[in-house]
Amino acid sequence: MTDTERKGRVHSIQTLGTLDGPGVRFVVFTQGCPLRCGCCHNPDTWKTEGGREYPPRELLERALRYREYFRSDGGVTVSGGEPLLQAAFVRDYFALCREAGLHTCLDTSACILNDEAKHLLEVTDRVLLDVKYTDDASYRAYVGCSIDAPLAFLGYLNEKKIPTTLRQVIIPTLNDSEENIRALKALANAHKCVDGVELLPFRKICQVKYDKMGKSFRFAEIPEPTAEKMQRLNAVLNEA
Amino acid sequence: MEHKNWNGFQPGAWQNEINVRDFIQTNYREYVGDSDFLAGATARTNAMMKKLNTLFMLEQQYGGVLDIDTATVSSLTSYSPGYIDKENELIVGMQTNRPLKRGVNPFGGMRMVRQACEAYGYQLSDKVQEEFRFRTTHNDGVFRAYTDEMRLARKCHVITGLPDAYGRGRIIGDYRRVALYGVDRLIAEKKKDKKALSDCIFDADHVRQDEELYQQITFLGYLKEMAEMYGFDISEPAKNTQEAIQWTYFAYLGAIKEQNGAAMSLGRVATFFDIYVERDLENGTLTEEGAQELIDDFVMKLRIARHLRTPEYNELFGGDPMWITEAVGGMGEDGRTLVTKSSYRILNTLYTLGSSPEPNLTVLWSNALPKPFKRFCAKVSADTDSIQYENDDVMRPIYGDDYAIACCVSAMKIGKQMQFFGARCNLAKLLLIAINGGYDTTSGIHIGPQMSVLEGDALDFDTVMARYQIYIEWLSRLYVNTMNVIHYMHDKYAYEKTQMALHDTNVGRFMAFGIAGLSVVADSLSAIKFASVRPIKNENGFVTDFETVGEFPKFGNDDDRVDLIAKDMTHRVITELRKTPTYRGAEHTLSVLTITSNVMYGKHTGATPDGRKATAPFAPGANPMHNREENGALASLNSVAKLSYDDCRDGISNTFSITPEALGRTEEARIDNLVTILDGYFAKKAHHINVNVLNRETLKKAYENPEAYPNLTIRVSGYAVNFHKLSREQQREVISRTFHETV
Repeated sequence: MTDTERKGRVHSIQTLGTLDGPGVRFVVFTQGCPLRCGCCHNPDTWKTEGGREYPPRELLERALRYREYFRSDGGVTVSGGEPLLQAAFVRDYFALCREAGLHTCLDTSACILNDEAKHLLEVTDRVLLDVKYTDDASYRAYVGCSIDAPLAFLGYLNEKKIPTTLRQVIIPTLNDSEENIRALKALANAHKCVDGVELLPFRKICQVKYDKMGKSFRFAEIPEPTAEKMQRLNAVLNEA
Repeated sequence: MEHKNWNGFQPGAWQNEINVRDFIQTNYREYVGDSDFLAGATARTNAMMKKLNTLFMLEQQYGGVLDIDTATVSSLTSYSPGYIDKENELIVGMQTNRPLKRGVNPFGGMRMVRQACEAYGYQLSDKVQEEFRFRTTHNDGVFRAYTDEMRLARKCHVITGLPDAYGRGRIIGDYRRVALYGVDRLIAEKKKDKKALSDCIFDADHVRQDEELYQQITFLGYLKEMAEMYGFDISEPAKNTQEAIQWTYFAYLGAIKEQNGAAMSLGRVATFFDIYVERDLENGTLTEEGAQELIDDFVMKLRIARHLRTPEYNELFGGDPMWITEAVGGMGEDGRTLVTKSSYRILNTLYTLGSSPEPNLTVLWSNALPKPFKRFCAKVSADTDSIQYENDDVMRPIYGDDYAIACCVSAMKIGKQMQFFGARCNLAKLLLIAINGGYDTTSGIHIGPQMSVLEGDALDFDTVMARYQIYIEWLSRLYVNTMNVIHYMHDKYAYEKTQMALHDTNVGRFMAFGIAGLSVVADSLSAIKFASVRPIKNENGFVTDFETVGEFPKFGNDDDRVDLIAKDMTHRVITELRKTPTYRGAEHTLSVLTITSNVMYGKHTGATPDGRKATAPFAPGANPMHNREENGALASLNSVAKLSYDDCRDGISNTFSITPEALGRTEEARIDNLVTILDGYFAKKAHHINVNVLNRETLKKAYENPEAYPNLTIRVSGYAVNFHKLSREQQREVISRTFHETV
């Protein structure tokens, strides 16, 4: 199948991405996600229908308009939604990007590891792996799947030596203990492919999106972590 | 030619002719290191700044004007010397005899001065009124010659902000010449030029030039007298850094005492000063701390420069800016950077003295600028929101490497080119006038070619464009003619004697036209082309509103379908303007810049097909309309970058606001990313950008509680303002602008 034939569903495009991967990045958010994380800030990307259909080449052409801004470390990122739901499409897009010399970065919850996903990883320069929690019970309670899937994915990344950043949204009462950070660190240390860990504060500005969609925000009652807390957890992360 | 005060300088062509650029090129030392060498504010500087801050607070409490001398016409020698703190000042000179006291300057127009005095509770003295009874002001002259149509165009606001009642400004004297050569040498050169005229045929042009030279020479004499009043003899070249800054400042001070020009820009002095600093550091007569102090003191003087203007004018421009623009950095034609340690020092004043809109620090950005300097600029932007950037790689091939910026975005070779400033016309209003066949619904004025109102249920793109073109042709001709009247009269009745004495005698002239409402027009035409726009008529059969159904591409999303409409509009307008000859053979140029007047332009413009409601503000300058960007910041920047500098040689202003969070997670990342964004934007051949790194919340808080944010500075269009000096309406508009943020 050629790239122009396989279209993907895209929720939106952010031409100035500074938070999802190194440098300045052209970020595509895909439409559709199999998970229902309680902390999700993009509920509008959940359903698999909707969004706008793009052939990979059109996305590449758009990305290339921003080439001057990428410097040496920037490039393209695909986030979501869950890009792995459209792994074949993302693969075609990344293959074109690589051909054009653009650095490719996949932001994923790593819940699917099938052949298509493996193919996608062949053309992926970096993975941002969102480890929601470090224990299976929390995964089952607040994500809706087992922790085995992301762990298997991480193992595969390690095997293939694909540079990986672990990311975790810090949600007070659920995963904001120092113990949890140490577990996350242990996970990182156990995988050579991991060269960075980012802690992201849980934010509730997405409440408006839920309101607009008439959906309830499961974590609406949980407070955002304070700056001091984030600082403390980062210190735990960085201690020797 | 030799002079003892030039000892230690490399000799060159600059000694035998007036050629500051050559002096800089043969003597400056580029600096490619970082900011670690910078010194902080001294106790003296802090004490002086504290005094100024108290004065600024008092000025605000007095409604924006601290005091007016209503009995003295401002000129170079008409006030006794004034000081902030005589014993401790390193650089001296005041516009009047006291800081922040404003003089009156009726040469541009008497009515404006009278109104301004009255608005602040003063009465212009009988003495001044008597002195001007038998004198023609620039304003008198213009209105003697204005045609009925010119008056109507002003009245219905299709052309506004014209410098017909105040000084035109936008002229930059080469103030450095006074420091490098001393005034006597400059007078001698001008006398030579005057003498050389005697062999010419004395047609009107030569008679005028001969008289202008006489005036220039006279005012160079006054400049010496003015300096003498402060105890300085500036007839000879400056012998050290303090004198170089002092002489340069005197020259600038002379200009702003003589002229109440709309924008009184400084030029490009930092790297020039640096040559003196380096010489003094080398011979041990100056320290880093001392160098910073001198620059700090100079900048303090610039921060207290004031002109008396009417509240209406202040409302239009957000406080009373003077656009004391200083161009910093850039590259030389030989590939060396023009960044010196003094480029850092002048930016450092935003830390030593706190953030401020004036002087209007403008970084000439080149891809080849030293990386540490780029990072320092980005840091200053993120910390202070007080600097703007313009594309040296686009301007240097046109203006060489010794140009500066007048006002906000107008480039010119220093001392070699000047411009006739021309405000702007309202393109969105013109579109509505065209649709209504020569009728302006907001003012009820019939103007331009008279034809029928466009008919039909839905506007047809080709029909509208054909009609619009007719009105663009009409307005362009009227606009040039109006400008010719204004500048003929300004030269005749309010000629800039001091500033022009600091130019070459044979000067290049631009005539700078401008447009407002570009993104409104682009989106409106896009709506007509790609969606369905039904005109809604009032009871008199004129179109006053539109019903727009369907999607259409909007400027600011990097979508060529509409971006190229915007680009085409600028091309059409400049092409039409060029068809009408200008006064003194000036070169036609065009800007896309509104300063803060986008609010006022909107107020006088009916509903537009893009869905903008009647009286709603336009976007500033070349900005996309507020919150119509759907693909993030870079798409927005790319849209603006498509506008051609060849069509808009007077500048394309873009104001960019981003939250710190959206720029990166750490300060380091934010600095790196801002540098990357600037590099990318300018690699796209964009011309200008104002950068604000702040949260909308901060502005909202400052809106609710202005006293708590006395120094909150933000970049608007082409310059910066104190947020609290904006009108409430302008504050609301600024808050409603697009903030690129994380979602």
